[in-house]
Amino acid sequence: MANQIAANHVHLPGDAAAEAIAGHIGKFWDPRMRNRLYEFVDAGADGLDPVVVAAVRLLR
Amino acid sequence: MTLLKEPDFGTPERPGEATVSVEVDGMPVTVPEGTSVMRAAAQAGIEIPKLCATDSLEPFGSCRLCVVEIDGRRGTPASCTTPCADGMQVRTQTPKVEKLRQGVMELYISDHPLDCLTCPANGDCELQDMAGVVGLRQVRYGYEGENHLDAEKDTSNPYFDFDPSKCIACSRCVRACGEVQGTFALTIEGRGFESKVSAGAGETFMDSECVSCGACVQACPTSTLQEKSVVELGMPTRSVITTCAYCGVGCSFKAELRGDELVRMVPHKDGGANEGHSCVKGRFAFGYASHPDRMLKPMVRDRITDPWREVEWEEAIGTVATKMRELQGRYGPSSIGAISSSRCTNEEVYVVQKMVRAAFGNNNIDTCARVCHSPTGYGLKQTFGESAGTQDFRSVAEADVIMVIGANPTDGHPVFASRMKRRLREGAELIVVDPRRIDLVRSPHIEAAHHLQLKPSTNVAVVNAMAHVVVTEGLADLAFVAQRCEGFAEWAEFVARPENSPEATEEVSGVPSGELRAAARLYAAAPNGAIYYGLGVTEHSQGSTMVMGMANLAMACGNVGRDGVGINPLRGQNNVQGSCDMGSFPHELPGYRHVSDDAVREVFERLWGGTLLSEPGLRIPNMFDAAIDGTFRGLFVHGEDIAQSDPNLKHVTAALEAMELVVVQDLFLNETAKFAHVFLPGASFLEKDGTFTNAERRINRVRAVMKPKTGKHEWQIISEIATAMGYAMSYDHPSQIMDEIASVTPTFTGVSFEVLDKLGSVQWPCNESAPEGTPVMHVDEFVRGKGKFVVANYVPTDERSTRRFPLVLTTGRILSQYNVGAQTRRTGNVAWHPEDILELHPHDAETRGIKDGDLVTLASRVGQTTLHAEISDRMPAGVVYTTFHHPVTGANVVTTENSDWATNCPEYKVTAVQVGLAHPLGQSGTEVVEDDHQLVTVVD
Repeated sequence: MANQIAANHVHLPGDAAAEAIAGHIGKFWDPRMRNRLYEFVDAGADGLDPVVVAAVRLLR
Repeated sequence: MTLLKEPDFGTPERPGEATVSVEVDGMPVTVPEGTSVMRAAAQAGIEIPKLCATDSLEPFGSCRLCVVEIDGRRGTPASCTTPCADGMQVRTQTPKVEKLRQGVMELYISDHPLDCLTCPANGDCELQDMAGVVGLRQVRYGYEGENHLDAEKDTSNPYFDFDPSKCIACSRCVRACGEVQGTFALTIEGRGFESKVSAGAGETFMDSECVSCGACVQACPTSTLQEKSVVELGMPTRSVITTCAYCGVGCSFKAELRGDELVRMVPHKDGGANEGHSCVKGRFAFGYASHPDRMLKPMVRDRITDPWREVEWEEAIGTVATKMRELQGRYGPSSIGAISSSRCTNEEVYVVQKMVRAAFGNNNIDTCARVCHSPTGYGLKQTFGESAGTQDFRSVAEADVIMVIGANPTDGHPVFASRMKRRLREGAELIVVDPRRIDLVRSPHIEAAHHLQLKPSTNVAVVNAMAHVVVTEGLADLAFVAQRCEGFAEWAEFVARPENSPEATEEVSGVPSGELRAAARLYAAAPNGAIYYGLGVTEHSQGSTMVMGMANLAMACGNVGRDGVGINPLRGQNNVQGSCDMGSFPHELPGYRHVSDDAVREVFERLWGGTLLSEPGLRIPNMFDAAIDGTFRGLFVHGEDIAQSDPNLKHVTAALEAMELVVVQDLFLNETAKFAHVFLPGASFLEKDGTFTNAERRINRVRAVMKPKTGKHEWQIISEIATAMGYAMSYDHPSQIMDEIASVTPTFTGVSFEVLDKLGSVQWPCNESAPEGTPVMHVDEFVRGKGKFVVANYVPTDERSTRRFPLVLTTGRILSQYNVGAQTRRTGNVAWHPEDILELHPHDAETRGIKDGDLVTLASRVGQTTLHAEISDRMPAGVVYTTFHHPVTGANVVTTENSDWATNCPEYKVTAVQVGLAHPLGQSGTEVVEDDHQLVTVVD
């Protein structure tokens, strides 16, 4: 789903996209879902869009 | 209230500024120009006898009972068809007209059964009334001559009888079917004495195109068209005005009773949403409320494999409270949650979310709107600043071009469809955007100017291509945009790109570029262009994007902020808007205010006492995931049937099985209750006091017609659970709950039961600046200030057709059934739709050797089911369609867990499937099919 969110912000330049994705996840996701995303990133973020990884950095 | 008989002014109101003044029997009266003499007289308090006239229909002038004399005019004109002229002197009672009327009446009665004492309409018969009014004392012609007294009765319809022996051929039923309902199923067959009402081409009502809306029954002045319930139970003696609990149109009804027994539902003329019209569900399908399947006692069990044990309320409530607290003790405060119901009242929904936030101490509250219109809330909030549709239904009468996208109003929102069809018959143009050829594309007196028959899941590509045409051909309303919007330049640059042109998107969407360009030009050039949409927009992985795409298009064309325009979601269940308004989303408190807003939280913390969490909770699909993961252990399901309505049922049932406590509150032991440990019986809408908010933000009163059969109100049960959990919550009456809602929700500031009782209904916002509500939103400025253009990328869904699953399944509704069918399957409506069927194109059927009516398998990557096939060229090749009204079929066995990127609204409308003849032994439901991962073949 994080990749889906990223795909829908692809029109934004890198930093703005990461900010928008971070804003969306922060606003709508339950903390346990965010934590699972963080764990996924920590485990290598396999297949995760780089802009989501950037968004996670902003979220933490 | 004694039986409410609404005044009938004989002919419709003629709105307008210019007036004329006349005298009727010496009484001066001033009326708008174009008003009939009959209506002017009624306004002066003078009732002119009539039979063929009624104020819901255009004047017809056939019964000749309403004749009058007008000074200076020859003859005796019919008052219903004669417009008032300034200075006109009308006399309604003269020897001449009295004699004429008696003569007319005498002829009617000479061919009418004289069985008044045993007639079901006795006391509610206009013919009987008029015989008295005109002073009929004798019938000189005898009864031996030719007559219609032996005409055969048609009892084929489950809800009403047609007795032609009582028909006076006034054509009210025929005109109601055409003018009000817009179906044109009835006609007058034959000429002169042979004239008779006919359904279809001499068919029975059931075999004809009649949709059983009841408009004909309501219009009939005799007992010719009569509710079977009146025949069986007798005439009602009292009425209670309440609101239908089916779809989001929110029709007002007079529930008419005899003692405590509901006899019939009659649409209320003053109902803001329906203005006296109804559909088959609201008008007739109320029998479920007294169906023997209703559960009236609470029940508990330790394991879902145990038998149920009936208990008293105290034990049931105590069990819920104790077990919920135990789960929180073992697994943490966020291990429990609730799903509120869009079928329940605002007051009930409010107390459920309050219980979760204040008593459970978390934000794990979601609503079934998650799986239908959550993208509407998201998309309209982003662009317009408010999570709601912009218009009232009445507004469609001002639309010049109507675009219907992903909605089938004649089946899903029939009373609104009738309004829309009326406007289309008056000349408005129609654009339909839908993979299926829905009825609106071509029906009696209606033909869409353009049917953009797109491939499922390509809405965004189509709306962007329309925007491309608007921007590149200079059709945008730049003055509106400059004054009222922001972000236009960036968005315009995006949609103007070649990849968004109709020619480029044609391959993706399947919509011919020329057709799309013509539709875009039509919409953009309209003085008033209105968009109405439904789940065919929202239930996609790009649902929110599409809502924003439509909002962009409307703003670019200046189609927001006045009558006849706007973006209008057609809500599915009766209180989808209300359940969202009441703070049922896990990230929002009542009034769509985010839980992270300290100032807002403080308001609720002060009122409720205690601390509220500032982090969002779990959405419904996330609850299921968390249940399987083991972090979510207890769920309260209020008035929903997630084990039938939610996608990928295997996953849903696995989640339900994983939880330690599932509490279901419902009228019936539904599919979800099979996984429940506590069952709390619910109250039907006939037993409730409160409010529903419809798709046009109209807050309607729901009034209890009878006491709850379970002995408890639902708001009371919720309050008692919260109290038993240690959070004291108590109300004496739902009006107190609404007062609390009004005190904490800015858009509801002026709302109270008192105001609603006085005004009938109000559309929120209702506050100091709009004390009587707001029919049209964003009039001078958008709620967020400037309307915001949001770039809406087309991102194709991950769901792909393959060689193994070459077809696309899309789902929807049928007129006679509702949602998961829990209610309508327990009414006479099953006569029309006893099972879900699969519609498929003749080519797809032929290549598979499928004939009409064959039992077929429907298989997707996640499951398979069987159902009967109907071959239909309403479908494009490559797309199949079914409804989800019947648990035996379980259409959601095959739907996937794909969902909207912004809201998790499931992608019900796009499932890659294969269809084949069913093997006689392979007819069971939830079989899992292995994914072949061959994402190569696109639907042909």
